[in-house]
Amino acid sequence: MTNLIEVRNVSKSFGGVVANHDISIDVPEGQITGLIGPNGSGKTTLFNSIVGYHPIDSGSIKFKGREISKIKVQQIARLGMLRTFQQTRIYSKMNCVDNMLISVPHRNATFFDMFKPYPHELREKAEDLLAFVGLYEKRKLPSGDLSFGQQKLLEFAMALMNEPEVLLLDEPTAGINPTLINGLIDRLKRANTDFGITLFVIEHNMRVIMNMADNIYCLAHGELLASGEPDEIQNDQRVIDAYLGAH
Amino acid sequence: MSTITEERKVQKRRDMPEEVTARRVFTFNDIMMFGAIVVFGILGPLLFPDYTFQIAVLWLMVLFAQTWDVMGGQMGYNSLGNIFFFGAGMYICTVTQVGLFTDVGAYTSSTDQGNFDFSTNQYYIGVFAGLATAAIGSALLAVALGWIVFGLRGPYFAIGTLGIALAAGELFGAWEWVGGGGGIPMPVYPGSGDSKSYFFYMLCFGAAVATFLFLKWLYSTRFGLAINAIRDDEEKAEAMGVHTLRHKTVAWAISAFFLGISGGLFGNMTGFIEPLEVAFPAPTFGIFMVAMALLGGSGTIWGPVLGAILFHIVKEATWTYFLGWQWVALGVIIIVNIVFFQQGIVGWLQEKYPHWFGIEVDRSGGAKEAAK
Repeated sequence: MTNLIEVRNVSKSFGGVVANHDISIDVPEGQITGLIGPNGSGKTTLFNSIVGYHPIDSGSIKFKGREISKIKVQQIARLGMLRTFQQTRIYSKMNCVDNMLISVPHRNATFFDMFKPYPHELREKAEDLLAFVGLYEKRKLPSGDLSFGQQKLLEFAMALMNEPEVLLLDEPTAGINPTLINGLIDRLKRANTDFGITLFVIEHNMRVIMNMADNIYCLAHGELLASGEPDEIQNDQRVIDAYLGAH
Repeated sequence: MSTITEERKVQKRRDMPEEVTARRVFTFNDIMMFGAIVVFGILGPLLFPDYTFQIAVLWLMVLFAQTWDVMGGQMGYNSLGNIFFFGAGMYICTVTQVGLFTDVGAYTSSTDQGNFDFSTNQYYIGVFAGLATAAIGSALLAVALGWIVFGLRGPYFAIGTLGIALAAGELFGAWEWVGGGGGIPMPVYPGSGDSKSYFFYMLCFGAAVATFLFLKWLYSTRFGLAINAIRDDEEKAEAMGVHTLRHKTVAWAISAFFLGISGGLFGNMTGFIEPLEVAFPAPTFGIFMVAMALLGGSGTIWGPVLGAILFHIVKEATWTYFLGWQWVALGVIIIVNIVFFQQGIVGWLQEKYPHWFGIEVDRSGGAKEAAK
């Protein structure tokens, strides 16, 4: 199995704070990979490094064998790697369908494509995906009027609209009503199986991540603490100590 | 995808059997408003021949507000320096009009001011060639400047662009080849004063209508959504792979294109151009274009048009009947607008009567989760 993302010996500091130290991670194609760790352990920093949000101090990040640690956010997004935000970000004054339409892939967009209208099929697809996440009824509402949980679902649907090869999700279930979490897990899994999107997920909810991931990495204090299948991680004394604050 | 399509069909049957609706470029309300404006545009100078110049300036104001709103309203980049393209267009147009037939340096020199007779043909060729180069030249300037200032965000962008406009006035004032601070007398219209007014009136009206129709079309394409996305969350748009710089540059170039034309027209209408008062009047026209778009409702297609008409009428009325108080009146409008009425007239109507604009609101009230 090939690795879509290969992170090798990546370090990143902000002033004197070492957010990531010598981290190496593989995200295999077609799987769901989890990333866990206590607050402040450097998970989001690692995400930001991967998607090109800030330069890394040392190390290498490869996407499909191509070095991406030096290229910009937009270029990486157009290569087929997308991320969602911990603090959900949508276009709040636009309605849900428009939010979906602007999220079409921009991979092969030529200069004059920006003056084209949206074909009927794209509108159909936008509505299909809104139905997939359960927002079909709300499709004409300004997205800023949706509840936080619904905005998260919309952001997820927008990511699917972009047809990425790999999707980095930063805490997809944070702030979502517990009764909806099962539905969301189901949809994330279907994004993986039905659409063939490789997922790399930061998650604090252990039930969610243990249920979903094929493989899990655990960070603590900016360093890679453990990695393995959910069962191994769950029973790893170092992981338990890190979460309970043993050191 | 097939399973999803099935799912949606089930949902559709359950909720509301409605077809996927495409965005229409023109609604019934649009056509009525547009019709009223065209009728007034054509009849205006015939009914009020004494006010032809003022009504022509009204159309330029409409153009100003619309072009400002491309950036300020639709894309969230509040430029205070758009007047730069008005002045640049004016100078480019003039240099083309003169340079096609005689030496520009000699024509503009203080000893020889305007001492050249243009034939009727030369005049018309010059005006149209000048407007074309003004439009294209201003757009190219926007591309070049955009490359520098689009790194700035929020208030820094506003101040940076204001700096461009103020600096341009001073720089042109020191540039002797284009007449320096002394200005340039424009080629003289080959005909009566009335026919000149009417000729430029029609061009101003045509430019405002063309701008409106172009923007109306533009906002119905992918471009419209992309610049709205940049307004709502530029970082998100970047993370989704939108070509943000490309869209921002094109948006500014489009504003500059039409502003360049308006500058060329205004220079010819007044008959004499100089840098500070006519070409780069940042404190008057430069601020008016912002105030008009905000008054009407920025980020809407009709807001800038209505705002410009209302603002211009108040301005002309106070200039005529309350001379001495005109700036106070405009100041009061701006303050009331900013303090009590930020969404502007059309923005307020959109909130009050969203169905007029095809906007749906959540009537269920509570945050009813849609996902089951």
